[in-house]
Amino acid sequence: MSVPVLSVRNLRVEFASRRGALRAIDGVSFDIAKGEVLGVVGESGAGKSVTGLAAIGLIDPPGRIAGGEILLSGLRIDNLPAEAMRRIRGKRIAMIFQDPLTSLNPLYRIGDQLVETIRTHLNMNETQARKRAVDLLAEVGIPAPDKRVDAYPHEFSGGMRQRVVIALAIAAEPELIIADEPTTALDVSVQAQIIALIKRLGRDHGTAVMLVTHDMGVIAETSDRVAVMYSGRIAEIGPVRDVVQNPLHPYAKGLMGAIPTLTGDASQRLVQIPGSMPRLSAIPQGCAFNPRCSFAFDRCRAERPEPIAVGAQQVACHLYDHAHAESAA
Amino acid sequence: MLAFILRRALQSIGVMIAVGIIAFTMFRFAGDPVNQMVAIDTTPAQRAEVRASLGLDDPVPVQFARYFINAVQFKFGVSYQFRQPVSALLKERMPATLELATCATVIAMVFGILMGIYSALRKDSFFAKVLQAVSLIGISLPTFLIGILLIYLFAVTLGWLPSFGRGDVVKFGWWTTGLLTISGLKALIMPSVTLGLFQMTLIMRLVRAEMLEVLRTDYIRFARARGLTTRAIHFGHALKNTLVPVITVAGLQFGSVIAFAIITETVFQWPGMGLLFVQAVQNVDIPIMAAYLLVVSLIFVTINLIVDILYTVVDPRLRATINRPA
Repeated sequence: MSVPVLSVRNLRVEFASRRGALRAIDGVSFDIAKGEVLGVVGESGAGKSVTGLAAIGLIDPPGRIAGGEILLSGLRIDNLPAEAMRRIRGKRIAMIFQDPLTSLNPLYRIGDQLVETIRTHLNMNETQARKRAVDLLAEVGIPAPDKRVDAYPHEFSGGMRQRVVIALAIAAEPELIIADEPTTALDVSVQAQIIALIKRLGRDHGTAVMLVTHDMGVIAETSDRVAVMYSGRIAEIGPVRDVVQNPLHPYAKGLMGAIPTLTGDASQRLVQIPGSMPRLSAIPQGCAFNPRCSFAFDRCRAERPEPIAVGAQQVACHLYDHAHAESAA
Repeated sequence: MLAFILRRALQSIGVMIAVGIIAFTMFRFAGDPVNQMVAIDTTPAQRAEVRASLGLDDPVPVQFARYFINAVQFKFGVSYQFRQPVSALLKERMPATLELATCATVIAMVFGILMGIYSALRKDSFFAKVLQAVSLIGISLPTFLIGILLIYLFAVTLGWLPSFGRGDVVKFGWWTTGLLTISGLKALIMPSVTLGLFQMTLIMRLVRAEMLEVLRTDYIRFARARGLTTRAIHFGHALKNTLVPVITVAGLQFGSVIAFAIITETVFQWPGMGLLFVQAVQNVDIPIMAAYLLVVSLIFVTINLIVDILYTVVDPRLRATINRPA
């Protein structure tokens, strides 16, 4: 088996606060293989974005990586000096943010922003970089790229701007793209185009993609595997078909049950998970989900569940720890 | 673009007409100028003669029209106290004020922007905190007090710099400059520091606040995610966005520097328009006061116009709105 493009091992991210360190990410592990799209879902504050930011080394103080390892194609990158990490950003790992309207510097032509990025990472002169900029715009589907290269960001629509952002992200052919809610700020019709674009780029270039979103539809359409995050931990991770159709973790079950279907009985109420996710300063003991879980038993309140393999899925839930249940019996 | 400049120029002319009306009304409401010009023992007949020779008997609209037509040609009448044309007096004093104001603004801009950038990028460093604290003093201390403190320190105690006047000046046509002589430069230091200090601290605090704001924006985060060098991010992307609002403030500040110069010029006995104005106020020399008002307004309006044009040069979004008039 080849080395995964991104390998996150037992990652812990903490934010210093007046009342001590708040643990935003607590023991997250996952791999993304070449050409694979990993979807990361969860509620706001579950740690999805922070995981992405940690991977690209953009956690700002007071946050810091407090433990674990991040490996890029086998090379450890979480402890690299700032300058070495900067060279990796944009060249080997790219990141796309949520709002394309604010991701581009309004005072510079998009061509200049592309050329600047290209020349930072690739050994090209102005003319070559400009040609590449036009090619990139063509690749992400900007019409008349040789003219639009001289336009300013405000002269593009939201969807077109997100295409420009993607062109900037793939400028140096990165191995990994971290897309943090790339479609949330866009119209539904434009969302589909952007998703198709990301998917096509991943396929054509063998780029691994970490797709952070809270939109299960986007995940189901795009991802190969999906990780469900809850309160800074991965509750369940596995192939997207399995997790969507046969979720194991009670939280994942609730999440999937909350998606309305077109074919279902309209009179049937959607499943609702009672309560809300705990604040970082008040994460309950044991399984963080136990106060909201209808299956919780004593062990859930005392001991934190570690991931257990069930088929192709991994689930962090005591319900599936049959070995433990049997030995106790 | 041309239409925009023309529209703004027309607006500026409107402002100037309004100021002209205010300047003119000063003649009507600030006492009888004849009393200022004549001696106590002048006979009523002589007074009437003076009044008629100054055109003060004509109807108000006629007087205003005359004043306006003259003002457009920079003829502001004769000073009551000096018995000289006001325009000649202003022309003689203007180089001193403009040199002082420009020098103060350059000091304020250069140091203000540099210190602002520094205290934004190293906001937790000791020196940046010192700058923040000291800048509060700069903002709150009145100009005349700073001037007097500087005079006490550098002129009285240390004796390094002259305490008043402009030093030796060199003449270029009607323009006089103190920039080319040692004594002129030495004389310029304290007044321009005094005058520029407030603007400098203001610009520093503005640049700092704006830059911190810009550094939090998404496009800076995205620039970092693209792996650009810190220098390119700070001085290419962040600084340019920071300077957009700074241009407006700095432009308007140049106007108020000229206005503030009244105090500084008084403290340092600087032979500029401000000092002339203060003398005019003491002697109710209305032609000078009115002309000063018009000249300062003209400078303000011109700077505003330049700032508006500069804005569109820096920010492409404004060019778009201008070319697509509502």
